[in-house]
Amino acid sequence: MNDFIWIFVSALLVNNFTLSYFLGLCPFLGVSQRLDTAFRLGLANIFVMIITALCSYALNQWVLPFAPYLRLISFIIVIASAVQFVEMAMKKLSPDLFRKLGIFLPLITTNCAILGLALFSTNKGYGFWEGLVYALGAGGGVTLALVLMAGIREETRLLNIPKLVEGTALNLIIAGILSMAFMGFAGLFST
Amino acid sequence: MSDQKLTISTSPFLKDAATTPGIMWKVVFSLLPVVIASSYYFGVGALVTTAVAIISCVLTEWFFSPRSAYSISDGSGVITGILLAMTLPPGFPLWMTFIGGIVAIGMGKTIWGGLGQNIFNPALLGRAFLQAAFPTAITTWNLPDGAFLDVQASQLAMPFMQSQADVVSSATPLAVMKFDKVETNTWDLLTGNIGGSLGETCGILLILAMVYLISVKIIKWQIPVSILLTVGILSLVFYLLDANNYPSPQFMILSGGLLIGAVYMATDLVTSPITPSGLWIYGIGIGILVVLIRLWGGLPEGVMYAILLMNAATPLINRYTAVRTYGYKK
Repeated sequence: MNDFIWIFVSALLVNNFTLSYFLGLCPFLGVSQRLDTAFRLGLANIFVMIITALCSYALNQWVLPFAPYLRLISFIIVIASAVQFVEMAMKKLSPDLFRKLGIFLPLITTNCAILGLALFSTNKGYGFWEGLVYALGAGGGVTLALVLMAGIREETRLLNIPKLVEGTALNLIIAGILSMAFMGFAGLFST
Repeated sequence: MSDQKLTISTSPFLKDAATTPGIMWKVVFSLLPVVIASSYYFGVGALVTTAVAIISCVLTEWFFSPRSAYSISDGSGVITGILLAMTLPPGFPLWMTFIGGIVAIGMGKTIWGGLGQNIFNPALLGRAFLQAAFPTAITTWNLPDGAFLDVQASQLAMPFMQSQADVVSSATPLAVMKFDKVETNTWDLLTGNIGGSLGETCGILLILAMVYLISVKIIKWQIPVSILLTVGILSLVFYLLDANNYPSPQFMILSGGLLIGAVYMATDLVTSPITPSGLWIYGIGIGILVVLIRLWGGLPEGVMYAILLMNAATPLINRYTAVRTYGYKK
């Protein structure tokens, strides 16, 4: 039980995919203008991560022992089909969100955070439940980072930001400050 | 008759006499005993550090602000300088203090548009930057050598040079607790007879400052009270569960930067929530994060990170705890 808590907290806060590993930064910077969009992209990320964790476990268990050279390509195929599924479902269920996410939804396919999740959990030798908890933590971490970023960016619209740093420069600075604040979690539960 | 001038305006109709400089200088006034105490414990070096931090903050603000908008007399730069200095260990090299001031004001305030616009507390942002950039220097607590007028040699280190001076380093109560599981006694924590950053040694003065600031209504009482209550209650629970491994509540509250953080940093008017229930959520959040980082984290102290993280969450808190405007239907 303790192991699961540790895996979850570690992926959520200590080794946050976005703010400590700097994985999957494109949606973090690209889709964080609005809170609701960012939150729902986070949910999409969690969903894709869970599918990836399940499939990568199955692949590791039954396919890759016989064909280890297929690792990368099979992970990518799994992720791509999961994203395709999310995309179709979203287009049907919430065309508005589909339009708002735009290019960033198909970009989850090549999002390093997702492939990173599959590779990390393989390297760490996680089993089925551990991989699932890891995916939940990592997805939660990505969502947390997205939501914090979006909250701050919505606030900056009301501020008197100097022309010089408006836009991308400020977003990168905010990302840096958030990452600095997350340094406080270093070593959490490690003893 | 009809040219009678009627002033038609929207709310607010009740105006307070408080002005920004008025508030800021009152905060500076309440900080003076803390600064004096720090020089009593750590010698004149503490005053030098404070002076350098203030100069660096004010200069940075003067340099980056549009001439029309800048006024040194509002005192906000001075407060950031003093607060930054109060979070630094004695004997911290002055050139690093200066860089901390530049980051605090430059990255913490002017890029957001100046006074009243920043998301993160400037002093803590400067401190977090220094912690990331100079992790060794900022966790070395040099013992003062006793002579009041001596400035510690490590303070005068040249930029990017290793200081050759011998220093006697001491451990802070939190570090002793974390690594040796030994608790400092409460009376020493209250009177400040302990190692630590400049402004975090004397508990009594900080409590008095809190009472003063609450009584003149500069800080909202909900924030320090909710932080201290949360830390107290949570640590009491763990203390009762396992007194050998977890520190007592009075130790948790009085040690480290919790008091100065709860009184001065968390209550920053700009970076804390504005809604009544938001204040409690914010304070409880800081309390939980402090306990989490202190008891199970890799670092002995987490007040700075806890406040920065809750600053980051403040826009969200404000948004979800917004009070329904009277007469406004959703």
